Amino acid sequence: MFRTVRLERFQATTQNKHFRSYPLTLTTTQMETIIEKRIVEKHPLAVRWFHWVNFPVLMVMIWSGLLIYWANDIYEVTIGSTTLIKFFPKAVYDALNLRAHLADGMAYHFTFAWFFAVNGVLYVMYMLVSGEWRFILPTKSSFGEAWRVLLNDLFIKKHHHPTTKFNGAQRIAYTSVIVMGAASLLTGLAIYKPIQLSWLTALLGGYEAARLEHFCLTIGFCAFFLVHLLQVLRAGWNNFRAMVAGFELEDVTVNAPDASTEAVMPPGIIPTDSSATPNTSSL
Amino acid sequence: MQTSPKLNLTPKPAPSITPEQQKTVNRRTFLGFATLGLGALSGVLGWNWLRSQPEKDGVYAPLRSVLEANGSLNENVLYSNTHLAPQYPRSMAAADPRTNGEVGLDEEVELDAWKLTILPPKGGKSLEISFADIAALPKTELVFDFKCVEGWSEIQHWGGVRLSEVFRKYGIDTDFRYVGMATPDKKYYVGLEMASALHPQTLLAYESNGAELSLEQGYPLRLIVPMKYGIKNIKRIGTITLSNERPPDYWAEQGYDYHAGL
Repeated sequence: MFRTVRLERFQATTQNKHFRSYPLTLTTTQMETIIEKRIVEKHPLAVRWFHWVNFPVLMVMIWSGLLIYWANDIYEVTIGSTTLIKFFPKAVYDALNLRAHLADGMAYHFTFAWFFAVNGVLYVMYMLVSGEWRFILPTKSSFGEAWRVLLNDLFIKKHHHPTTKFNGAQRIAYTSVIVMGAASLLTGLAIYKPIQLSWLTALLGGYEAARLEHFCLTIGFCAFFLVHLLQVLRAGWNNFRAMVAGFELEDVTVNAPDASTEAVMPPGIIPTDSSATPNTSSL
Repeated sequence: MQTSPKLNLTPKPAPSITPEQQKTVNRRTFLGFATLGLGALSGVLGWNWLRSQPEKDGVYAPLRSVLEANGSLNENVLYSNTHLAPQYPRSMAAADPRTNGEVGLDEEVELDAWKLTILPPKGGKSLEISFADIAALPKTELVFDFKCVEGWSEIQHWGGVRLSEVFRKYGIDTDFRYVGMATPDKKYYVGLEMASALHPQTLLAYESNGAELSLEQGYPLRLIVPMKYGIKNIKRIGTITLSNERPPDYWAEQGYDYHAGL
């Protein structure tokens, strides 16, 4: 009653019950290799809720923010006297009907900011308490890995070493976007109440600096959204379904199939390292 | 027969999924997407509900309620008359301070004929103050970052008398919740909470950069209330009203936050 599990994804690097390791045992005495599908838990229910609540709320925040920005649309990227990017060209205002809705923009913005803040704070608290933060916080190896992922995604150099739930590039992106969310709240507060919270405004470099920072963060969210969308499209159905239904289907190569071992592998349980200890009844 | 798995050269078979797994996958996929669909539907319905609500002063009533709640939160939790607008050296003040809005400034104004009228709430005796009387009170100068609701700000240098000083000098009862102000032609009007009116940086200003106000800046007397957006900084004040009911406010009637506090 021995088996080898080759795939090591979603190793137990957390105390989360969904990712607890179940030791399996190794044998080389059987020759036959078959490939199975395995249901692997990926995104906890809470994370899925936070994600899908945040999506439309952030859209409303960006849209209403643009309604506000229109009233003093001074930002542009220039080199010398050449304007590279103007925020925003006429076509953007036309396309999104952004003109002359400052009062509406403020009303929506200061209403939906509550949903954005509460959802974001609950999400961060959940990540901390559940231990899920371990999957998204970049580690020492994340930065090198992110570079290899980038080269792979730009079709420059192939790289394929999925080790845990998220790769280095994802860890950096998902942690950054949380930091950006927090920074948006802080810079937003600094321009919303620059006198009652003058310490915060001063800390961020003053009123106009905080407004620019708030704007840059918004552009950052748009950039994140664009890349995120492309990556989700590229990653395919299995990955997308995980953010809706929670699980992924994994191909698992199994040596030495033995019908009786199925009994010690509850469905949906994550296989772990092959350098495992013998099965015990404690499973 | 025993062989190392490494030597197994048979092609990998297509991944197989057991019927039990398929059942689980189908069930969970359905539940997940059904929940997402219901969530999306409630989102759309909620959005449509919001935008079908009657407007209150130019903005959908639910949004207006949140603006009011935000305003109360600011008044009760954040606001303090010890929180001062940061001040700057005079050299940083704009030489030609930006103007925005001319509502209420159409009529001619003559300094000798101009009076500041302070009205008590229940139609009691009103008080009329001449420009000379105002100018005789202690002058306060303020160089601060004036902020427009549009999003721009500018360091400006103003001189005038503290509103709290005027109230004190003329024995005005400040035991009311609100102070209202209007231009002589009543075309522009604002309302302030009493706390903001009594803030030490709230001025009845008659000087900009040390010179008398221009007509566009609200000659002869305008309000400078740094802890509010520019929309509350009414130009050419004609009347001041004290009341427990909230005074009308020009921009708050057009969808803007009544509180407009910074």
